[in-house]
Amino acid sequence: MFQQLVNAAIAIVFAVGGSILFYVGSNLLLDKFLTSDGAPADKQIKRDSLREGIRPWIFVGPALAFLLVFLVYPVFKSLQLSFMDREGEEFVWFTNYVWAFTSDGFQSSIINNLLWLIIVPTMSTMFGLVIAYLTDRIWWGKIARTLIFLPMAISFVGASIIWKFVYDYRGPGSDQIGILNALVVAFGGEPKAWIAVPFWNNILLMVILIWIQTGFAMVILGAAIRGVPEDTLEASTLDGASELEIFFKIVIPQIWGTIVVVWTTITILVLKVFDIVYAMTNGQWDTQVLANLMYNEMFRNANSGTASTVAVILMIAVLPVMIYNIKSARETEQ
Amino acid sequence: MSIEAHSTKTAAVTKQAMVIILVMLWTIPTVGLLVSSVRDKDQLSVSGWWSALTASESQEVYRLPKEDVQTPSDNGYLIVDEIFDDQSKAIISTWGPTAKTLSDFAAGETMTLDDGSQMTVNEDGSIEWVNDEPFTHNRGPRVFYQVKTPPRFTLDNYREVLKSEGVGRAFINTFTVTIPATFIPILIAAFAAYALAWMRFKGRLFFLAMIIGLIVVPLQMSLIPVLRLFADIGAITGMPSKSYITVWLAHTGFGLPLAIYLLRNYMASLPKDIIESAYMDGATHFQIFMKMILPLSMPALASFAIFQFLWVWNDLLVAAVFLGQGEGKTVMTQQLIELLGSRGDNWEILTSGAFISIAVPIVVFLSMQKYFVRGLLAGSVKGG
Repeated sequence: MFQQLVNAAIAIVFAVGGSILFYVGSNLLLDKFLTSDGAPADKQIKRDSLREGIRPWIFVGPALAFLLVFLVYPVFKSLQLSFMDREGEEFVWFTNYVWAFTSDGFQSSIINNLLWLIIVPTMSTMFGLVIAYLTDRIWWGKIARTLIFLPMAISFVGASIIWKFVYDYRGPGSDQIGILNALVVAFGGEPKAWIAVPFWNNILLMVILIWIQTGFAMVILGAAIRGVPEDTLEASTLDGASELEIFFKIVIPQIWGTIVVVWTTITILVLKVFDIVYAMTNGQWDTQVLANLMYNEMFRNANSGTASTVAVILMIAVLPVMIYNIKSARETEQ
Repeated sequence: MSIEAHSTKTAAVTKQAMVIILVMLWTIPTVGLLVSSVRDKDQLSVSGWWSALTASESQEVYRLPKEDVQTPSDNGYLIVDEIFDDQSKAIISTWGPTAKTLSDFAAGETMTLDDGSQMTVNEDGSIEWVNDEPFTHNRGPRVFYQVKTPPRFTLDNYREVLKSEGVGRAFINTFTVTIPATFIPILIAAFAAYALAWMRFKGRLFFLAMIIGLIVVPLQMSLIPVLRLFADIGAITGMPSKSYITVWLAHTGFGLPLAIYLLRNYMASLPKDIIESAYMDGATHFQIFMKMILPLSMPALASFAIFQFLWVWNDLLVAAVFLGQGEGKTVMTQQLIELLGSRGDNWEILTSGAFISIAVPIVVFLSMQKYFVRGLLAGSVKGG
């Protein structure tokens, strides 16, 4: 134990120290070797511009290298691998894509993913909006918001354990220790092993992500609601508008842009949902989703072709958001 | 009270009631985990955590000791025994010689056995068994009893999970992954963000667009190509293809787009005059960055640090792919997955293990919530 702590500490010092050394060192070297001090006047200007032309690349160089190796190159490589066989040695062209659209596993993943995409962002955004609005003018609203926000700090795996305990099942004779089945029994129902009941188990897995993401929606939308001009609200209160009318006719239209951003952000997260399904069912009982399917293809079937195909399909799904983000960023830059 | 005022009051009460219900829905699952993790494991497996404060009733069996513990006394030969240890405050209500006749005798009553010996089981679990002749049995008879056990809370689950279930180790491993994987991307991103905000160079706008695009690229696209790359490098240099170094590098790569984006936006919003005047005074960009921009950007750095810390601490996929498993490597999330598989029904293990893994991010989150929220508001384009 102690030895490992020491090793960890050494590793941390090396990693962190090494990266600091790079920046400080390379900047010092640049200043030293391309110094204009004492150089003839005509050379000074030349050296100055050369030095200041190189420096940006020291600043962005490491970042650029990391992005190219870990994100840009892989995008093209995965695209290539998706047209190749399981070892990634020979081209099989569209075989993997044909597999994708004819295999049962893939199709049920797509259907489940669509369900996730419809339900999770919508429910999280809706709950987030309602909670943000309700807690806005309550004196203990901050405490309530913190409690609802808290699941955001919990890992998907931790959250899965929390909810697996909620869904726990004991035989009909014994006391239920999972709160869901205890409630079912209390209302006179039959206890069930819920996560093994197709279709409904999908919803139960989605509940976990909704539970986590509502806090995110609440915080962003809460800030937007506080941004709605006070006099607009006051004016409509004086006009005799009810609380509900104000919410639907004034608040929601005002913050519509933010609602869309929140909804899209959660949508992208949902596309990549992996940990929850992996921890709860590993895709059994008709709960497979694309990200988990990809993991299974990659490690259990050791097929880089089909795994890459699934990844490419995920990539295609986020492409519209990506293009939109780049476009709107361009507009704000200009 | 006017009707109008009355209706606003009702509305306010309904509002508060709704919030209370929602807050309960959101907190009850976690409370259940926490309560269960400190309950006695035998009680945890037979009763719901919501009944943790009430005594639990159960039916148990106890075997009496052999003849060698008997002592001669005034009334004959005597065997004295205790069913429970000293700490237990369990109370026996009824008992009997078989499972079916368990309610035949109340606590404190005396039963006469076939050989004429007499046995008494008391409320506190003490047993007296007397016989005129010396006892000669070599296997003691059994006593079945109905017992009421008061709630027991214990930290034993935590002790067990930390020591024998590998969670203690995994905890340290997770720190080893998380600290460099949080610090390195911040450092690299801070330099790049400064360049993007305040330096003029060719391709700057293209670089910026690329970063915004890369924020949403699914991690899944990178797994196989990067893994292969590490394997190839490993084959040439002899370095292991899955190690702490590879997982740090991977986390750095995946965290950079959002980091650069957040930090650049923040740095670009700093006042232009101070930077330009410092440059005019002959300070190099490196000096301006180290002495002015970095200290000024602390709030943004803190926001991203929390993001990255939570993301790496809670990550399963990147660790599973780029670090793998093993004695000195398995991180908390992986360890929990393993426990879900091997100890799936031992909730005392799962609940305490899960609580250890979520305690750190929760503390970080609560103590730095302000920065976390700021970061969220600044960068709500990233999807995890």
